[in-house]
Amino acid sequence: MYAQLVETGAKRLKTKEEMSPEEREFQEKVDAETKIEPKNWMPEGYRKTLIRQISQHAHSEVVGMLPEGNWVTRAPTLKRKLQLMAKIQDEAGHGLYLYSAMETLGADRDEEIEKLHQGKAKYSSIFNYPTLNWADMGAVGWLVDGAAIVNQVVLQRTSYGPYSRAMIRICKEESFHQRQGYKILLDMMREGTEEQKAMVQDAINRLWWPALMMFGPHDDESPNSQQSMAWKIKRKSNDELRQMFIDQTVPQLEFLGCTAPDPDLKWNEETGHYDFGEINWQEFYDVLKGNGPCNRERIKTRKNAIDEGAWVREAAVAYAEKQKQRAQAA
Amino acid sequence: MTQAEALKEYLLRLADSDMILGQRLCELCGKAPALEEEMALMNVALDLVGQARNWYEYAAELINDGRDADKLAFRRDAHEYRNLLMTEQPNEDYAVTMGRQFFFDVYHYFTLKSLTESSDERIAGIAAKALKEATYHLRRSSEWVKRLGDGTEESHRRMQEAVDILWRFTGELITPDDTDRVMAEAGIGPDPDQLAKDWRGMVNEVLTQATLTPGAEDAWMYMGGKHGEHTEHLGFILAEMQFLQRAYPDATTW
Repeated sequence: MYAQLVETGAKRLKTKEEMSPEEREFQEKVDAETKIEPKNWMPEGYRKTLIRQISQHAHSEVVGMLPEGNWVTRAPTLKRKLQLMAKIQDEAGHGLYLYSAMETLGADRDEEIEKLHQGKAKYSSIFNYPTLNWADMGAVGWLVDGAAIVNQVVLQRTSYGPYSRAMIRICKEESFHQRQGYKILLDMMREGTEEQKAMVQDAINRLWWPALMMFGPHDDESPNSQQSMAWKIKRKSNDELRQMFIDQTVPQLEFLGCTAPDPDLKWNEETGHYDFGEINWQEFYDVLKGNGPCNRERIKTRKNAIDEGAWVREAAVAYAEKQKQRAQAA
Repeated sequence: MTQAEALKEYLLRLADSDMILGQRLCELCGKAPALEEEMALMNVALDLVGQARNWYEYAAELINDGRDADKLAFRRDAHEYRNLLMTEQPNEDYAVTMGRQFFFDVYHYFTLKSLTESSDERIAGIAAKALKEATYHLRRSSEWVKRLGDGTEESHRRMQEAVDILWRFTGELITPDDTDRVMAEAGIGPDPDQLAKDWRGMVNEVLTQATLTPGAEDAWMYMGGKHGEHTEHLGFILAEMQFLQRAYPDATTW
């Protein structure tokens, strides 16, 4: 889970000559792979880009609890229910961790969350798709967490220290979720009934393309992407990461005994990669604009949770204040 | 009632109460008032369902009719469920959620504490692990009862209302029946008088600190969960929880 499209504010890259001495020093540090830490000087654009990216990433963890939360009350066995709960709990933890990393840049989590609820901040497009059968819990773990990991493994080397350290910690848990998700599908394909096998294929059919969209648009021409790469916030292009994901996922798909909903998917002996069909970019941009299947429901649920919980948070603040006064009086 | 019968019954009560309360907490996923609470609620739910699994596994061995823990959880209907009525009450607002949790946690904490010294070693072992978790649950829920009770005017009003709504289900937590008495006499379960005394003591202490008024000690109490007579809520909980197992009865692996 991460950010797919992050504005950097850059129209084109600055040359070394156009940079101020501070900018040049910063760029040299980045080029030398020295991590940038909260107290270091950084260009305003770098700071803002990271706030956008890390907050989108954090929002994705939180909104991402909802499609799985949709099945937690209906999980079919005690074991699967416990696994799903542990996973959702991890996601809340990842959200907290990422909001903390974001706050090292001077941003405020409540303000950023407010932007999410107003539709001004994005989260990963994948969570706007509904979870319609139990096998979706397996497919989300395998494909969605799988796609997130491909991206996050690279982000472990991102130039901003706190973000990079968050990724190292988060990747460990995500890999575990991905294996668990794959196991759900594998068990159903190996030992399940015909109905269960059909559930698995149905889940893959619905989530395959949305998972590929998680890597974002073709980015070679985008100034945002070039700037992020120059700052080493991003380390690989969207298309490179997508190809890596496809190459590692297709053998897993075949091992399951399932198929991808892509007639153009085939091994290319010459390139040593899988070729695959064109993504429906219209759908991708529609979803990002708020017109996916569940965009409205997801934001409404999150906004309601925070709005309706206001009196609870106010009570906690009032109580803490009273306790402080009592301690001073004593 | 023989001791063997009472033991099976008693284990199902422990398991079912954990299971149903865990299920109620799962309903709150993504809807908590803060991200920290999302984590905590799922954490508590995870503990409870984990404990339910341990009790079900032991119960399944004793019942010994081919049903495993999953069958006990997902294939019994409401009248066969033995959970406390408290645990099946709806989440409502956060005051009710926390009040329900607090009343149950106090009962749970003292019960488990006693069960760690059970003459049944298997029970003592499960309880020892569960007690650590229940200690955390109780600390958390009693803190919230105090925060809400002694927070703002609105939170105080809501928390008092929650206590008033839930009070009629507290009697079942501390009123023993034959099963409880047989378990106590065998040194397997807690002494009912002691449990009631401990429960009242802690509830009064926390509610007083929270500036809240407990219900009357002689108030009318709604009971029956331990015998399979539930409120109207349980049927819906089970319909949702058991849907997959019921809809695909031929599936043996999930």
